[in-house]
Amino acid sequence: MVNIRINGQPYAVEENTSILDAAAQAGIRIPTLCYMKDLNKIGACRVCLVEIEGRDQLFAACDNVCTEGLSIITNSARVMDARRINLELLLSQHRTDCPSCARNETCRLRQIAAELDIRNLEQYQQDYKVKPWSQAVPIIRDESKCIRCYRCVAECEKVQTCNVWDMVGSGSHTSVGVAGYERIEDSNCVFCGQCVTHCPTGALSVRRDLDKVIGYKGVLNDPTKVTVIQVAPAVRSAWGEEFGLDGSFATEKRLAAALHKLGFDYVFDTNFSADLTIMEEGTEFLHRMQHKEDYKWPMFTSCCPGWVRFLKKQYPDMQQQLSTAKSPQQMFGAITKSYFAQRIGVAPEDIVCISVMPCSAKKAELEIPNINDAKEGVKDVDISLTTRELCDIMKVYQIDINALEEEEFDSPLGTGTGAAVIFGSTGGVMEAALRTCYYVMTGNNPDADETFKAVRAAGSDKPWVEAEYDVAGTKVRAAVVNSLGHTRQLIEALRRGEAEYDFVEVMACPGGCVGGGGQPIHFNEEHACDRAQIIYDYDRANVLRFSHENPDVQALYKEFLKEPCGELSHHLLHTEHTGWEA
Amino acid sequence: MSRLSITSLNQVEAVLDGIYKYMDRHMTFNPKDTCPIDISAAFLKLYMTQSCGKCTPCRVGLRQLSFLLEKVLNNEATLDDLDKIEHLARHISISADCAIGSEAAKMILKGVTGFRDEYVSHIEKGICLAERTESIPCMAACPAHINIPGYVALVGEGRYADAVKLIIHDNPLPAVCALICEHPCESRCRRTLLDAPINIRGLKRMAIDHMQDIPSKKLSASTGKKIAVVGGGPSGLTVAYYLQLMGHQVTIYEKHKQLGGMLIYGIPAYRLPRKYLQGDINQILGLGIETRLNTEVGSGDLTIENLRKQYDAVYVSIGAHQAKKMGIEGEDSEGVISAVDYLGKLGDNEFVDFSGRKVLVVGGGNVAMDCARSAVRCGAESVTIVYRRRREDMTALEEEIEGAIAEGVNLLTLHAPVKVEVKDGKAAALWAKPNMAGKIAGGTRMKPVPTGAQDIRIDCDVIIKAIGQEMDPKPFAESDIPLSHGLISASDWTTIESYPGVFAGGDCVTGPKTAIMAIGAGKVAAANIDEYLGFHHVIEQEVSIPEVVLKDREYCARTDMTERAPSERRNDFKLVEIGMTEKEACQEAGRCLRCDHFNCGIIKGGRSEW
Repeated sequence: MVNIRINGQPYAVEENTSILDAAAQAGIRIPTLCYMKDLNKIGACRVCLVEIEGRDQLFAACDNVCTEGLSIITNSARVMDARRINLELLLSQHRTDCPSCARNETCRLRQIAAELDIRNLEQYQQDYKVKPWSQAVPIIRDESKCIRCYRCVAECEKVQTCNVWDMVGSGSHTSVGVAGYERIEDSNCVFCGQCVTHCPTGALSVRRDLDKVIGYKGVLNDPTKVTVIQVAPAVRSAWGEEFGLDGSFATEKRLAAALHKLGFDYVFDTNFSADLTIMEEGTEFLHRMQHKEDYKWPMFTSCCPGWVRFLKKQYPDMQQQLSTAKSPQQMFGAITKSYFAQRIGVAPEDIVCISVMPCSAKKAELEIPNINDAKEGVKDVDISLTTRELCDIMKVYQIDINALEEEEFDSPLGTGTGAAVIFGSTGGVMEAALRTCYYVMTGNNPDADETFKAVRAAGSDKPWVEAEYDVAGTKVRAAVVNSLGHTRQLIEALRRGEAEYDFVEVMACPGGCVGGGGQPIHFNEEHACDRAQIIYDYDRANVLRFSHENPDVQALYKEFLKEPCGELSHHLLHTEHTGWEA
Repeated sequence: MSRLSITSLNQVEAVLDGIYKYMDRHMTFNPKDTCPIDISAAFLKLYMTQSCGKCTPCRVGLRQLSFLLEKVLNNEATLDDLDKIEHLARHISISADCAIGSEAAKMILKGVTGFRDEYVSHIEKGICLAERTESIPCMAACPAHINIPGYVALVGEGRYADAVKLIIHDNPLPAVCALICEHPCESRCRRTLLDAPINIRGLKRMAIDHMQDIPSKKLSASTGKKIAVVGGGPSGLTVAYYLQLMGHQVTIYEKHKQLGGMLIYGIPAYRLPRKYLQGDINQILGLGIETRLNTEVGSGDLTIENLRKQYDAVYVSIGAHQAKKMGIEGEDSEGVISAVDYLGKLGDNEFVDFSGRKVLVVGGGNVAMDCARSAVRCGAESVTIVYRRRREDMTALEEEIEGAIAEGVNLLTLHAPVKVEVKDGKAAALWAKPNMAGKIAGGTRMKPVPTGAQDIRIDCDVIIKAIGQEMDPKPFAESDIPLSHGLISASDWTTIESYPGVFAGGDCVTGPKTAIMAIGAGKVAAANIDEYLGFHHVIEQEVSIPEVVLKDREYCARTDMTERAPSERRNDFKLVEIGMTEKEACQEAGRCLRCDHFNCGIIKGGRSEW
C-alpha cells in the first residue's frame, strides 16, 4: 500500500494503482475518452489530466500510477482549464453534425463536452478532413469525426488480433487508417464491428441500411412486396437498452408486438432457423464422427460470419473443417424463399427477407456470392439490420414501447426452442447441438439445465472453455471460444498439437452475439454477460428445450426437406465455404 | 548625431539566437519516421522567413511552392501539381538573385527526385509512407533494439543485475558494449531536444561494474538440431548464445587462438580490458556451446559445403580481417605493417616493442587511432598520423582523436602518402603529397586535391597501414556462397538466397562496421535460423521495469565519463575511461525522458519478447 492525497484528503491505495483508479476508489470522478481498461492506457486525449502538487507539468490519470506521498489534485483551475481546452481542440477536428449522427445519443465526446460546459465551438478554427469511404463494406469510417483516441486500434489489435487499424500519417497529420494503407476490403477486417462499439464518436459506424426498409422507396412502403422479418436470439437480450428499459419488460414478445406495429407482413424468429441449424449441423457432426478418418478435426461451427471470414483469411487451409451448414440467418432466408413462398403462394422475388441481427458482419454474409440457393437471381436474405437500426426504426415510427402488449411471433417460422435462443451467447450453439446429439445417440433427452452446463463460456476467465462428454460410448471433446484473439490462441494450440477437440464453437465477438458489433453501445461498459443471463432465462422459461422438438421444424422436415442433411437440405441449407474469396 | 554605431544584440535577437540553437537540436534529433514532405514544407517556410523579399522568384515563387506542398499534404494535389512543383522549383533555383532562393528551391528539388514515391503516394492514394518506427528512438536506433529506457531506469534504482539481465535479453555482450559501443542510441535520444542525449553507454558501464553475479539463463528443451558458426566474433558469439538458449547445439569454428574476433584482435586493451570481454564470453560459452579454436574453415576438408552437410544450419560471420593495400611503391618492405597484424599481435598478448622508433600511422578512422595510441604504449619515440583529408573529415570518433592527441600523437593532415623510401630493405621514410581541401562531391564529402607544393619526406622506422579492411574471400573460393564487392551477399534477414540453410552477417556482409551492428545481425540470424529449423522459440523477458517518476522536465547537463590523465595512461594498456559514481549515474538515469511511457512508446513500444 502507498499513502497518497487526493484533493488534500489522505488515502491508502495498492502500489501501482493508476491515478484514475485511485480517484475512483475515493469516489472522485475524472473524465476519460481514450482510456479503455486493460486495453488502452495511452494518455492521448488528455481529458483525464490531473495536477501533482509541486509539479508544473500536468499528468494523465489513466496511464500514471500512485507512488508513496503523491499528492493529486483533480479539481484545480489549472486542471479544469486544461481539460476544457483539450476538449475544444478535439472538437476543432470533429465535424459536429450531431443531429444527423448515428451516435448522437451515445457519443462520449458530445457527453463530455456537455459535462465540461463547452459552449463555444468557434473557439478554434474548424480543421477536419472529409475522406471518401466505400459503402460496399459494413464498417464505415468517417475521418471527419475521428478524435484519434486509438481505441479502435487497441480493440482490434488486442482483443481481436486482426490489426486492421493503425496510426497512419506523421506529425500533426497523424490519424487512424487501415494498417498497411490497404483499402479495408483488402485488409484483415472480418467486419465484426468491435471497433464500432468501442468508438467514442461516430467516426466508426456500421453501414445503415434502414432506409432500404423505411425510406420513401423502402420495402415497407412498397405494396408489391411481402415483407418477412426475422429477429436473431441476441437482439431480444439488448433492444430494450436503447429505450432505457429492463430486459424483463423489453421482452421478445413485446419486440414482436413492435414489429407488428411497424407493419411487417410476417414477424418471424431466427430461433426457428437456429433449431434448424442444430438439426443440420448436429447431423453433420455425427456423420463426421462416424467417418472420422475422412475428415480433418475438429469440426468448427459456421454460424458466425466474422469467424468464417477470419478463418478463411488467416488459416485458409482449415476452411474445410467448418461445418457446411449455413448460419441461421441464411437458413432462414433459404426456407423463406422456398418452403414459405410456396406455402403462401408468393414468388420468391416478391418476398423481401429482412433480418435483425446483433451483428455487422451479417450485412456482408448475405452478399457472399454463393450463399443464395432458393431461386436463381434472388437473394435469400435481402437486408440485414442491426439491433441499433431496428431500435432507430421504432423511434422513427414513434412506437411507445411502454404501451405495447406482448404478442406472439407469427407462424410457421416463428417458433423456437430454448436450445435456439442460447445461440445468442457464447457456448449456446455447442450446448444446443450437444442436447440434440445426445438425444440422437441415446434416444433420451439430457437434463437441459445441467448436463452440458460446462460449455457455457459467458464470463469465463480462460481463453476458451473445454468439456469432454461420453455420449452412448462415444467420446466427444468440445471447446467453446469467443473473441478472435482467444480464437487465434486456440487455433495456434490446435496447430501445434497442444489441443485436440472434436467440435469447436467459435464466436468472433467477446461473449458471443450478445456482445456483437450491432448491439446497443455503452461507453466503457461491457454488457455481454448481463445479456447472456437474459438469454439463459429465455431458455429456462421455454417449455421446449431441444431443437429436435421444435414442432414447426419437425413439420418442415415432414412436408418439405424430408430429412436432415438430405438432398434438399444440402441444396438449401449448406454451402461451400471454399466457393468464395474472403 | 553619431555617424556610426556598434552592432549589439537586442533582446529580440538574443532570444531568437537561443531559439535557433534549440532548433539545432531538432536537426540533430532528426527522427527517421517523419513525413519527408512535411519536413520539406517546414524547412521551406524557414527559407521564406529568411528571404530578403527583393526578387520575384524567391519572394513569390517560394510562397507558391509552399502552397503547392500544403496541397500535397492535404491530399488535394494532382500529378500535374507535382510537375508544377518541380518546374517552379527548377525555375527558382536558376533565377533567384541570391543563394537563399536558389538553395530553398534546390532543397525542394532534392525531395521531388529523392522521394518522389512519397509525393506520388500522397497524391494518388492520399497516404503517407512514413512508418511509425521510432516511438522509442534509442531502441529503434540500436541495431540490437535493447530496451534502453528500461535498463536506464533500473540503473537509476540501483538494480544493476536486473539492468544487465535486461540488456542480455537482446545483446549477450553487455560488458563489451558498456566499454566500446559506438552508441547509435545516443544520437537519437529525444533528450537532445532539451539539452543533450543521455549518457547511455556510461549507465551501462555502471551496471556492468556494480552488478552481482547473474545466474545463467535456463535453456529450452533440446531440439536435437546442430548449428555451425564460422567465426567467433561479436556476431558469431551472439547467434551462438541465442540459438543455444533456444535448445539447439552450437559449435563455433574460430581461425584464431581466441574467441572475440575484432573485439580482441582489433580493439586495444586500454579501451576493452580482456577481463570484460572474457566475462561476456564465459557467460556465453557457459550455456554449453562447443568451440573449435585454431580451426580455419575453407582449408582442406573443412569447407562451408561440408559443414552444411554435417549441421542443420550454418552461420558465417568471419568478419573483415584482411588489410587493404595503399598501392604505393615500397609498401611491401620491412617496417611496413598492417593495422590488422599489429593489433592482432597485441590481441594475442605479443608485446611489440617500438622503443626508440618513429612510427607513422596512415589513415583517419578509429583503427588508425587504436594503432597510434597503442604505438605510444609500445614505447614509440614519436607517433604521427598521416591523413590525406582534414581532421574534420576523419571517420574516427572525436573523443578518440582527442585521446590520441592528448597522449602525444601528432596529426599530419592533408598529406597523401605517395611512396615508401626503402633503405637496406627497410622502410626509412614516407613521402607524402600536400593536399588542399577541394570541391564537395555530392554535397557531402570533400575531395582533396594537391596544393602544387613539393612532396615532403617524413622520416620513420615503422609505417602502420590503417586505411581499411575487407573480408578474406579465401574460404569461399570454391563454395556456392555468392560474393559481391568482396563481401557475402546476404539479405537483411541474414539468409543467402541461393543457399538455404546458410546464413551470414556482421562485417563479412556489411564491410567493417561496429560491434553492435554485428551483434544485431547475430540476433536477427538466431531468430531466423530458429524459424528455418521449424521452431518459434520465444526469448522471454522477466525483469520488471520501474514505473516512471512523475516530475517536471527540468534542464540538466549530461554527465560524461572521465579519463585517466594522459601522462599516466600512455604508459600502460589499462582501461582509460573511469566509470561514473553512484551519484552521477543516478542523476544521469533521472534525465531519461522515458519514451517507453510517454509519447507513442506506450502504444507502439515496450516490446518484451522476440
